[in-house]
Amino acid sequence: MAESTDCHKAQQDFPKVLILKPIPFINLVGEQYFASNKFTFVEAYDSSLPLHQFLSTHSPSIKAILSSVGAPPITSDILHLLPEVGLVVTTSVGLNQVDLLECRRRGIKVANAGSIFSDDVADFAVGLLIDVLRKVSASDGYVRKGLWATKGDYPLGSKLGGKRIGIVGLGNIGFAVAKRLEAFRCSISYNSRKRKPHVSYPFYESVCELAANCDVLVICCELTDHTHHMINKEVLSALGKEGVIVNIGRGAIINEKEMVQCLVQGEIAGAGLDVFENEPDVPLELFAMDNVVLSPHVAVFTPESFLDLRDLVVGNLEAFFSNKPLLSKFGDW
Amino acid sequence: MADQEEEQDNTGDQNHKPQDLPQVLILKPPPVLSVIGEESFLSNKYQFLKAWESPLPLHQFLTAHAGSIQAILCSGASPVTDDLLQLLPSVRLVVTASAGTNHIDLEACHRRGISVTNAGNVFSDDGADAAVGLLIDVLRKITASDRYVRQGLWVSEGDYPLGSKFQLRGKRVGIVGLGGIGLEIAKRLEALGCNVLYTSRKKKTFLSYPFYSDVCQLAAHSDALIICCALTDQTRHMIDKDVFSALGKEGVIVNVGRGAIVDEKEMVRCLVHGEIAGAGLDVFENEPDVPKELFELDNVVLSPHRAVFTPESFMALCELVVGNLEAFFSNKPLLSPVMDV
Repeated sequence: MAESTDCHKAQQDFPKVLILKPIPFINLVGEQYFASNKFTFVEAYDSSLPLHQFLSTHSPSIKAILSSVGAPPITSDILHLLPEVGLVVTTSVGLNQVDLLECRRRGIKVANAGSIFSDDVADFAVGLLIDVLRKVSASDGYVRKGLWATKGDYPLGSKLGGKRIGIVGLGNIGFAVAKRLEAFRCSISYNSRKRKPHVSYPFYESVCELAANCDVLVICCELTDHTHHMINKEVLSALGKEGVIVNIGRGAIINEKEMVQCLVQGEIAGAGLDVFENEPDVPLELFAMDNVVLSPHVAVFTPESFLDLRDLVVGNLEAFFSNKPLLSKFGDW
Repeated sequence: MADQEEEQDNTGDQNHKPQDLPQVLILKPPPVLSVIGEESFLSNKYQFLKAWESPLPLHQFLTAHAGSIQAILCSGASPVTDDLLQLLPSVRLVVTASAGTNHIDLEACHRRGISVTNAGNVFSDDGADAAVGLLIDVLRKITASDRYVRQGLWVSEGDYPLGSKFQLRGKRVGIVGLGGIGLEIAKRLEALGCNVLYTSRKKKTFLSYPFYSDVCQLAAHSDALIICCALTDQTRHMIDKDVFSALGKEGVIVNVGRGAIVDEKEMVRCLVHGEIAGAGLDVFENEPDVPKELFELDNVVLSPHRAVFTPESFMALCELVVGNLEAFFSNKPLLSPVMDV
């Protein structure tokens, strides 16, 4: 990192953006693509100092925090040590790792990934659903093992058209999923924190009621205290033996133990899962099932959306440091 | 209902007094008959004559019954040739339990004044769902990442490599064959934010999608090709070296038509050498044999000619087959006549 003294000095003056843990996304895209003349990153994980000491040392110049999925939560304790912070930016849509109440209290702005992932995640959800219903991955495995030639035809899958889809969480992603599945001749209903006024899809007050009236549940909501383990044995029973669940939200929205049990006992017909309670650990019972499709939390990732995210992260930070409106502000403060 | 019961007793027994009901010849049971069960195909307007149940050699069997066979129920496994029709001068209708008609000599039927019906649009929605599902799977590597997780690699190797996972939005998808299935595919692709292009025997004047008369030109302007046309003399091995070259290294192909529309050897070579980016295949030139080289590839999704079929569409096909036969024998208009020859 040898630089001319001038350059080094100028960088020293830039406002600092704190990163608590390495962000894989930055490494994947390439650190050089996050360079800016408005800010510089300061990496807490690079320091030999214990975190609290590091933060206290650098706090006067830390004006923003860049957080990501899997990073240490941005708690009130951390915010207390960083009185100069005016912005928290996340590389995710979900904000369960940020103490939003505390940010609001302190007037700290928050920016997330907005809706840049919505299309990609929705496409993936549709792909997962078709895969589960039509046994695409299972029959691919069947062919690769040479069984088509020796054992004969693979069992038929199930029709997608006409299925009643229950969207859990009708935000940007949920809405994108709904629009797509309508083109596949599915009917849509939903459950959300609040009924959406300009939406014509039937609304159900409870997830259980939604499940009872649907053939498929697609989990698109955020993980909060309210939604933690919201999908449990009761909901899955309501969904029924022919029911299918797709989760592209967060693993912990589903009571994973109970879901596995339901799958093992045939209480539901199948599942497409991109997220799990304890990634990268996936319940072993699922490996034996061919009515389940498993993906390693990738619904979000395409090379194109990574570049969009880079633009959004850098854009939000630069806007903040130029006193311009944020590109993807979260919340009303 | 009494008629039907009587029929059921007699259908298997060739030595009984000839029935008054017109006879429908079946050389080999179509898959839908085996899957759904013969009972669902029975009617008081006709009777099945099952060639495979007779001890007589086929030629003899056909000659013996030629006078009473007025229709043929067939599928890909039991072709209807001019020679066959020559033996059965009373045949006025061929019903195929498939969308494809490449196993029927349509020109001979036309010449002999024989009507042909096929599966109409029974498979269009399910076929489109399957084709688009395969496209999403290949582009977003759903099956490959399912394998990754099941092999324990998420735990040992870490996050699935981004590699060549493509976004769907904005992709130019070229549909080869804009018939019933092709049109349904187009609708779904639009909802996914793709740009639809196509080639077909004739341009569809009522559609605004860009049309290319040449499949190579289509490939040159597409990020992905979806093959959903019929297999004919013109389309056999239509997807060849030139088309793959035009499609390019980032290009992806999905085939839910017939294996022989694609030069399979060439496609395998292109995939192995990275000259195209991936493939989603529901059909192969020599089913159930699948080129072993494909088993090693992560950018390929293989489906055993199943993706298009669902119990619901098979049921709908059953109703359509019965409906066409009953209409014919009641002198009513056919439900799904094949118009072009």
